[in-house]
Amino acid sequence: MTQMFVLLTFLAYFLSLGFYIALLYTGKEINGRLATVLMFLGLACHYLTLLARAKASHTVPYHDLQGSMSLFGWLLAVTYLCLEIYHRQRTVGAFVVPIILAFFFAAYLLPNHASQPSQAHGVVFALHVTLSILAYAGFALSCVLSLMFLAEERFLRIRKLGDVVWRLPPLELLERMSHTSVLVGLVTIAVGTVLGFVAVDRQGGQHWFFDPKYIVTIVVVVLYAVYFQLARTAVWRGARASLLCVFNFVLVVLSFTVVNLYFSQHHKYF
Amino acid sequence: MEIVLVGLNFRTAPLEVREKVSFSGDQAQRAAEELKTRGILEETLVLSTCNRSEVYGVHPLANRESAAALSSFLSTFHEVLPDQLNPSLYHHYDHDAVRHLFRVSAGLESMLLGEAEILGQVRDAYLRAHENHVTGPVLNRLFQAALEIGKRVRAETELGTRPMGVASAGMKLAERIFGKLQERSALVLGAGTISEQVVSQLRDRRIKHLYLMNRSREKAEEFAKQYGGEVLNWGEWDTSLKFPDVIVSAVGVQDYLVTKPMVEKAMASRGNRALFLMDLAMPRNVDPAVAGIYNVYLYTMDDLNEIVKQNRDARQTEVPKAESLVEDHVAKFISWQASVELTGVLDTLRGNLKQRRTHFLTEKLAGMNHFSAEDRERIGEMMDELIEQLLLHPAERLRTEKELRRKIQNVEAIRDLYLSHREKP
Repeated sequence: MTQMFVLLTFLAYFLSLGFYIALLYTGKEINGRLATVLMFLGLACHYLTLLARAKASHTVPYHDLQGSMSLFGWLLAVTYLCLEIYHRQRTVGAFVVPIILAFFFAAYLLPNHASQPSQAHGVVFALHVTLSILAYAGFALSCVLSLMFLAEERFLRIRKLGDVVWRLPPLELLERMSHTSVLVGLVTIAVGTVLGFVAVDRQGGQHWFFDPKYIVTIVVVVLYAVYFQLARTAVWRGARASLLCVFNFVLVVLSFTVVNLYFSQHHKYF
Repeated sequence: MEIVLVGLNFRTAPLEVREKVSFSGDQAQRAAEELKTRGILEETLVLSTCNRSEVYGVHPLANRESAAALSSFLSTFHEVLPDQLNPSLYHHYDHDAVRHLFRVSAGLESMLLGEAEILGQVRDAYLRAHENHVTGPVLNRLFQAALEIGKRVRAETELGTRPMGVASAGMKLAERIFGKLQERSALVLGAGTISEQVVSQLRDRRIKHLYLMNRSREKAEEFAKQYGGEVLNWGEWDTSLKFPDVIVSAVGVQDYLVTKPMVEKAMASRGNRALFLMDLAMPRNVDPAVAGIYNVYLYTMDDLNEIVKQNRDARQTEVPKAESLVEDHVAKFISWQASVELTGVLDTLRGNLKQRRTHFLTEKLAGMNHFSAEDRERIGEMMDELIEQLLLHPAERLRTEKELRRKIQNVEAIRDLYLSHREKP
């Protein structure tokens, strides 16, 4: 059953990507609509894949690296679709879906580690993890949007306007979309972090207080809050703010990889 | 039925001739009515734009005769000497006329390849002619098909998507930065022809605030009366550069009007919000160093011309695709035309045979007095049945013939074998 869901998810995302790219190259609205429908289908199948996998391993999806990556891909897809509907802009899909596909692929191609009993349970803990991963998805999306902004801005400056550039979202819309994604990330990471402390408190006896992950998370939150503020100021609005957003996401990736794998005791996979 | 087209366009006629032969709405109606009344055409439609004047018509007479009559009519109607007019005229008949109209509607015959305005002009010309009852089944079908192909080419190819004029290219670029311009403001420097084009583009995009500035305030006010907008005092740069998102400059001066320090000051007072500058003047009005200011996008006439050239090249690559769509629709129209002709030919043949049957019976039964009236009627009915049975099989074969060429050949064969020229439908 899981294999079938994996295949269906892959197919739906892959076809959706094809239609998003077709939209970018042809400008035909029908391609965009089909891409969105397939994206919804992929999202539903991806959810069923996560569910089937969790049931099979008798634990939560984020218990291991594969599950965390797959959940990240799913939440990125959710965040992107919400953004697409809110801003009525489909051309970003061609740049976001490859990331979703990459995470989904990687999650099912990585060697499967033997399941270990989960160290923490409960709704609060589940919300803490889900919201934290959702925040990372929001930050990833803002990074893609900022890179698109920088590329389009560059093309406008050097006057190289190919077919694709004419169909990208306007610069100001890309900025607004990036702000929305960062806002989603900031709110969810703040709530998620608070819930994390509540979960620790409920599990009394565990001492997570000196986990380096806390410090990196606080730095990430502060930097994104700074971005959110600076992006509205005279000196930073435009390309500079987008560069800062990309830099912040580099830090998120470091937090996800180096800090989680080598420094953190309790945050291995998220 | 024969479709005939006589007309001229920017390729065949100089502006002076095009001006003389152009039709206003009333003239188009009057010409169409006269053409029908004088029996030159049975159905007619006049398509007149700034780049072309064309008369489409339907008449059963030989094509060249109709075309000659039409040329002569145009010459008389517009009071232009035939020697002056005829060299500029082109004549197309039947399928060529259909193909020409479809190409016009698709924008393939336009001065600006793929421009969208022509489709609206074809629609207006058709609706006007239809309301005036000068069209008939053939032209109705032809122009509906032309509108369909026009829409299809624009939906399925890239022929009409890229801006082809400097002003519209500039506006499209501004939209790359700001999105829709409805909530934006623009300042136009100068009140000449280029400014007029820019203002028209801004008005089409429903710009929220339009400011105008010209060395002669009277001229700016005159301009504002015509196009709308608020006139600002010439030289008040500090206030005038502070608000607009788009600034277009087209003033004939030797030195730079907009300098780097002026824009830097304006950017500081507007909180570094993006500013789009279009310098359409020659010599330039805006110091090129302005392009280096953060969040300022400066485009000169050369930059915009280059974009227009790229767009023209890109549109050119779409021509084969559009032409293929046109050919599809021409084939469809010819198929429809052939099926209509087939019905006409069969109806004429049936009528012809029934007429011969009546003559035949009248002649043969004249001396046979032993037949009662009922018997004669019955014989007549039986012969009618025989005619229907004889026609049934060939009619069915003609109708179901898939190959268009064979279908047309068969219709032609029936015409030649069974109908005289006078009897042709």
